[in-house]
Amino acid sequence: MRLPLKAEIFAARAVGGLSRLAGTGGGTTIPGKLLWKLDPDAIDRLAGRLPRGSVLISATNGKTTTAAMVAEILGNETRLAHNRAGANLVSGVASALLDAERAELGLFEVDEAALPEVARRLRPRAVCLVNLFRDQLDRYGELELVAGRWRAAVRTLDPEASVVVNGDDPQLGDLASERERAVVFGLDDVRWSRPSLQHAADSKYCIRCGTPYEFAAVYVGHLGDYRCPACGHAHPRLDVVARNVELAGLDSASFDLETRKGTRRVRLRVPGLYNVYNALAAAALTQTMEVGLEQIQTGLERFSPAFGRFERITLGDRSVLMLLIKNPAGANEVVRTLVDAGVPPVLLVALNDGIADGRDVSWIWDVDFEPLFEHGLERLVASGDRAAELALRFRYGGFPAERIEVVPSFGDALDRGLELTSAGGELAVLPTYTAMLALRRIVSERGFVRPYWERAA
Amino acid sequence: MKIRVGHLYPDYLNIYADRGNIAVLAQRAARRGYDLEVCAIGVGDDARVGEIDLYYIGGGQDREQALIAPDIAGKGPGLGEAVAAGAAVLAVCGGYQLLGSSYRDRQGAELPGSGLLPLHTVAGERRMIGDVLLQCEWAGRTLAGFENHIGRTHLEGGAEPLGRVLAGFGNDGSSGFEGCRVGRVVGTYLHGPLLPRNPWFADWILAEAAAHQLGEPPVLEPLNDELELLAHSVSAERARTRGGRY
Repeated sequence: MRLPLKAEIFAARAVGGLSRLAGTGGGTTIPGKLLWKLDPDAIDRLAGRLPRGSVLISATNGKTTTAAMVAEILGNETRLAHNRAGANLVSGVASALLDAERAELGLFEVDEAALPEVARRLRPRAVCLVNLFRDQLDRYGELELVAGRWRAAVRTLDPEASVVVNGDDPQLGDLASERERAVVFGLDDVRWSRPSLQHAADSKYCIRCGTPYEFAAVYVGHLGDYRCPACGHAHPRLDVVARNVELAGLDSASFDLETRKGTRRVRLRVPGLYNVYNALAAAALTQTMEVGLEQIQTGLERFSPAFGRFERITLGDRSVLMLLIKNPAGANEVVRTLVDAGVPPVLLVALNDGIADGRDVSWIWDVDFEPLFEHGLERLVASGDRAAELALRFRYGGFPAERIEVVPSFGDALDRGLELTSAGGELAVLPTYTAMLALRRIVSERGFVRPYWERAA
Repeated sequence: MKIRVGHLYPDYLNIYADRGNIAVLAQRAARRGYDLEVCAIGVGDDARVGEIDLYYIGGGQDREQALIAPDIAGKGPGLGEAVAAGAAVLAVCGGYQLLGSSYRDRQGAELPGSGLLPLHTVAGERRMIGDVLLQCEWAGRTLAGFENHIGRTHLEGGAEPLGRVLAGFGNDGSSGFEGCRVGRVVGTYLHGPLLPRNPWFADWILAEAAAHQLGEPPVLEPLNDELELLAHSVSAERARTRGGRY
């Protein structure tokens, strides 16, 4: 028996409201999970009702931020179904569809592993792929595997669907060559190239023949200007480019946004090259939706960061700067941003090992934390379920044992970190995903930030 | 004294935080007054037989492993000679598989190995992923780590496992054994990385490496391993509560 779609929607929505009332969380995925159980195909039908269709964004790092930038560009005149709280599995997409009855357009960030299924069900008008780094191998498997699944998913898209890819990523740039309607974005400013590939760099070897690529520039992880000296596989031509990049510490990043329809200087209110990539992705994706350059520029300049990704919270006479870390490539960029802006003397790193964090914590050994030691870090407070492992990472990396404190409880760690921070100073907090949620809960219980589902609404 | 480590294929096989293992060896050696010198041995490089006390091989993704398999097969006889003369070997995950005679992937293609240990590996249906805890009866100690492999490793006649599986999958998900140890040559699926949270084993392999020059493994003075033991107990507890079951 198949329930009428209306009845399913009603039942599923009611449960989400109950979950919020019961105080068990944002209720952001429960309605979708229920709908998914009742009738998996209901998602296809819900999406089919969106008059302007759906766009999907996937990446190892930057999904939430890129989607939030797109929402800011589209502004209030477009009614969106958008999973802005970051619930990005099939059930989270279903919940967002349920939540937005009169939506015109679906805007969804999608988990890397869930992309093929979501794309198959939603038949999106555009798919935007921002990057692919090694991440939670226990959950996603090897990078090649994810890349292969993405390739297959892209091949089954409708022929008129747009594919927007980061050309600086060899795996993704190559996807453009197979599509008629592909838009390739990337960075072109060798002044910001790293001197060499970092330890955790992926995709170092030619995807066609296996020879090590030669890099004319390396920007973030393995993203850059590559060329295979043996078979010639190289960086594709860019349609949407960032040039003349200026990074201003933790405050902003500016660049010339060059597109086929003109050039604009964009000043973001978020830092780092990785956010320049996110902005490029958002600009390239909205251009496929016939959004004008003016609107793209003002949307990007209005954008303020997605929760917990980069968040400054004032706690009395001190402040906390929260920067999410979840894999080597992302954490390396966080470290680089802190070093460029001046390393705060006290750092709280919170490492959990739940499913959403990755049960395998070995990735912390692939992060280059050492620049923090060399640029003024005085104290580390190690927290979370795997605080001891994190403390070992710092100690065996050469940070003095007597400057490390292990405080597994988040509340105590936050207190200790703030105590070590001088009045008027800032405590940098680097949590993994579930640690970030827990720390935010503590901070909001103390009355300093709104819970994420309120902000998301 | 200088302990010389030959790190095989660090550019290709480095996925499970292998540099953590190297950092632990270096710091624990230094605190006992030994220098640890690490040299990279890559594709096409000489295996430096006789000049290396400890060979280290890490884990890689399938693609990287396939890229270096022919090279390590070529180095096999030289490495065998080095081991016969007392060099130690520590191989983790993909590196462990490459110590055997062969690796057969899901498509049936066979990759050659170095043949240093009497074992072979065949890719199975599902990956075996999770926390692991081993009892190493030969040492009276436990090892805690994380495993993530699709290969089922089968020990051949006369091969001793590294340990008995208390929790987790181990070599093949059914034998109840994990890893392989023949003299100073050890292969294991345990990463995490292995050495920071298993300091007794780090010291054992370090002493065996030193024995290549000294004849006998030296007695290493104990260090304050409070943090290491805390990390070990958390990891062991994880294996007991959520490690793979066969």
